[in-house]
Amino acid sequence: MSKKIYENAAHALEGLTFDGMSVMAGGFGLCGIPENLIAALRDSGAQNITAIFNNAGVDGFGLGLLLETRQIKKMVSSYVGENKEFERQYLAGELELEFNPQGTMAERIRAGGAGIPGFYTKTGVGTVIADGKPTREFDGETYIMETGLTCDVALVKAWRGDAQGNLQFKDTARNFNPMMATAGEITIVEVDELVEVGSFNPNFIHTPGVFVQRIIQAKCEKRIEKVTTRGPRPIEGDA
Amino acid sequence: MAWSRDDMARRAAQELKDGYYVNLGIGIPTLVANYIPEGVDVTLQSENGMLGMGPFPYDGEEDPDLINAGKQTITALRRSSYFNSADSFAMIRGGHIDLSILGAMEVSENGDIANWMIPGKMVKGMGGAMDLVAGVKRCLVTMDHTNRAGASKFLKSCSLPLTGKNCIAMVITDLGVFERDGSGQFRVSELAPGITLDEVRAKTEADIDYP
Repeated sequence: MSKKIYENAAHALEGLTFDGMSVMAGGFGLCGIPENLIAALRDSGAQNITAIFNNAGVDGFGLGLLLETRQIKKMVSSYVGENKEFERQYLAGELELEFNPQGTMAERIRAGGAGIPGFYTKTGVGTVIADGKPTREFDGETYIMETGLTCDVALVKAWRGDAQGNLQFKDTARNFNPMMATAGEITIVEVDELVEVGSFNPNFIHTPGVFVQRIIQAKCEKRIEKVTTRGPRPIEGDA
Repeated sequence: MAWSRDDMARRAAQELKDGYYVNLGIGIPTLVANYIPEGVDVTLQSENGMLGMGPFPYDGEEDPDLINAGKQTITALRRSSYFNSADSFAMIRGGHIDLSILGAMEVSENGDIANWMIPGKMVKGMGGAMDLVAGVKRCLVTMDHTNRAGASKFLKSCSLPLTGKNCIAMVITDLGVFERDGSGQFRVSELAPGITLDEVRAKTEADIDYP
């Protein structure tokens, strides 16, 4: 039995949560979020969390759970438009917020996980994002310096994983998850399917197991934020 | 008569060229996908991690793992590929996307755009917009020419926090099309049916070139 496999989300978080911890969680909107690990983090009672999440979830689900219980001190995000409780706490001055352009956020996490402490980007030049950041000219164009991001615990959602921690992601549920897996001091993954070691074709592993310390199989509700359809499927031979 | 949202989207779609990789923003830009001209093959990029975005699914066939950047359920095409957010913005920031069509709260006469926050009132965030305007080869805006109070959104300089500076090449509003020439000044290049230059003048704060 691999030492990486844990029974459930609460078990996987044991010994890792503390007040003032920094946490990354994957997902774009509600797509590809480690929903069981987020609920377990809430239940751990850890306070004053610095939360590095692209979005704030919706009221009452996903990352919204941690906002409701006021366990978050600071958010690092690119877009928080779907969460009213977030907006309320922020405008009331109860919550610190650091907006990052989405691509800058993704690259900061990628860099952090890759041991790169900083990099230059043209995103945000001439905007408030550049305030207080060093700049440098390359070929006559101005770039701003951004720093790499790491965290105490990264919570990741994958489609399939094995006991070695090798992972595959599905469709657009991949998003921030692979970079975050590299950026956690400890990375915990919840997967839809835990598969036997050897069942992956090594050519098609998205995240190699070295980045993963703990893994659980979990049943996800996978709520959809905006169900959008084009109507009923035409009956074959009808048109 | 001023252009409707669909009219603006139809006009914006005329800017698509065969073989283009295109990122469409939320709102009117999303509608552009409905008006891609016949014979023009474009690949839509969704910054949450997909190239080759397909249409909305049929009823009951929604997949929670497959959404667009507006969080709507979508489908894949035979050409589609998926990737992570860092790769997605490598495409955007690295100049591999040909055209970005965005919505805006304000655009200024020197091509600045503001579309991500209203201090003290609305906190949503910039999402991928700052990366798009910094990296995509050509960026154009579709927006109403005036706000609900009737004030011009096409300004001398933006009053809201900027998304990017000097990055917008064309503005399509309900009144017409405004394109920047070599000197960097916007000029009126088309008018919506029945719209006069006087009306455009009255509703435009920006210093633009009138024919």
